[in-house]
Amino acid sequence: MKVTVTVNGGEVAAEVADRTLLVHFLRDVAGLTATNVGCDTSSCGACTVLLDGRSVKSCTVLAAQADGRDVVTAEGLSDGSGELHPVQRAFRAEHGLQCGFCTPGMVMASVSLLSENPSPTEDEVRTALEGNLCRCTGYHNIVRAVLAAASERQPQ
Amino acid sequence: MIPAPFTYKRAGTVDEALDLAAEAGEDAKFLAGGHSLMPLMKLRLAVPETLVDIGRLSELSYVREADGHVEVGALTCHDDLARSDVLRSTVPLLAHAAGQVGDPQVRHCGTIGGSLAHADPAADLPAVVLALDATLVIRGPGGSREVAADGFFEGLFETVLAPGELLTEIRIPKPRSAGWSFQKLTKRGIDWAIVGVAVQGSNVALVNMGSTPVRAAGVEQALAAGAGASDAAAHAADGTSAPDDLNGPRAYREHLARVLVGRALEESAARA
Repeated sequence: MKVTVTVNGGEVAAEVADRTLLVHFLRDVAGLTATNVGCDTSSCGACTVLLDGRSVKSCTVLAAQADGRDVVTAEGLSDGSGELHPVQRAFRAEHGLQCGFCTPGMVMASVSLLSENPSPTEDEVRTALEGNLCRCTGYHNIVRAVLAAASERQPQ
Repeated sequence: MIPAPFTYKRAGTVDEALDLAAEAGEDAKFLAGGHSLMPLMKLRLAVPETLVDIGRLSELSYVREADGHVEVGALTCHDDLARSDVLRSTVPLLAHAAGQVGDPQVRHCGTIGGSLAHADPAADLPAVVLALDATLVIRGPGGSREVAADGFFEGLFETVLAPGELLTEIRIPKPRSAGWSFQKLTKRGIDWAIVGVAVQGSNVALVNMGSTPVRAAGVEQALAAGAGASDAAAHAADGTSAPDDLNGPRAYREHLARVLVGRALEESAARA
């Protein structure tokens, strides 16, 4: 079927098999490989993207379900001028990663959280990232990064 | 992993969804949020020939107050339920429990109707609608019918829904007692409950203590006879047939049910 998705502000259209998953559409059709396939069972969150502004696991969404809708991946967070998104900057500043595999999903889940709750508590950050697994960091620096991004966006 | 091949159809209205399902016959499945169905299809445990995508039927996404009850559209996602001001003030048990389903990504996609129609006994919301004495509104080719929640679940992943029938609304009588509680034990936030408990007033329903969600009849009878929370909770596992699996042996689940029911009754009493 013909699927047309607005990805990071630009239209991506392709004829794909009905069973094509959104994550494969993003990686193989749109050529955007920040979005990783981790567990492939909607547990780990490495494939998290924003669908109409809300975080979803793109390994469990059909490309057809995103037809005509708006998707943002990690590549779409910065405007291309070299300036990183505040959440990306905070992950770098707080070293919220080690191997980096979970990072795009962590960042997208964090962006979704901060759009729903701009000044979360530490507990709220930890709860909001329940759907994203990191096997390296023990989460502490990730949580610090999200809190830092929140306070940067809302200077006291 | 990708699902086995299928034909994808998208419905624009409820009528169109029913027509598409009728055309496709017994091997069609409705696709709502997809967060129960798609994982099964990727594991090839479910192999429907046709998927009828009802995910865009905005006419079935609502929470509205009516006379004496609250109407919830079957395609309302968990996140919208959790944030609904109407639900938080009238049926806080459902708003709270919906906010405990899976993780944020799952709650952005998964729907109450999808969860009920999927009928996983380890899912949270089936037990919640049971505790709330909800009525489920079903539409099919022959018209509309209503089924009480305690007559909806027939077995493991089985409901009274016939092929081609669509769950459209969950109708919840406004609770007479303000007391409520939802308790569950999971290994990780994203996991299904090993055991869960939903309490609304003197109604007590259990998650994952049998092949369907069940009312804790022994607890309800004890409460009706005037027993206190801890004495009533001792009956939590009476008449249940909890699964025995890697997440916990049956005896552990029975113990957990007694502990969680006790906590839930205490929390509910404190809110009443």
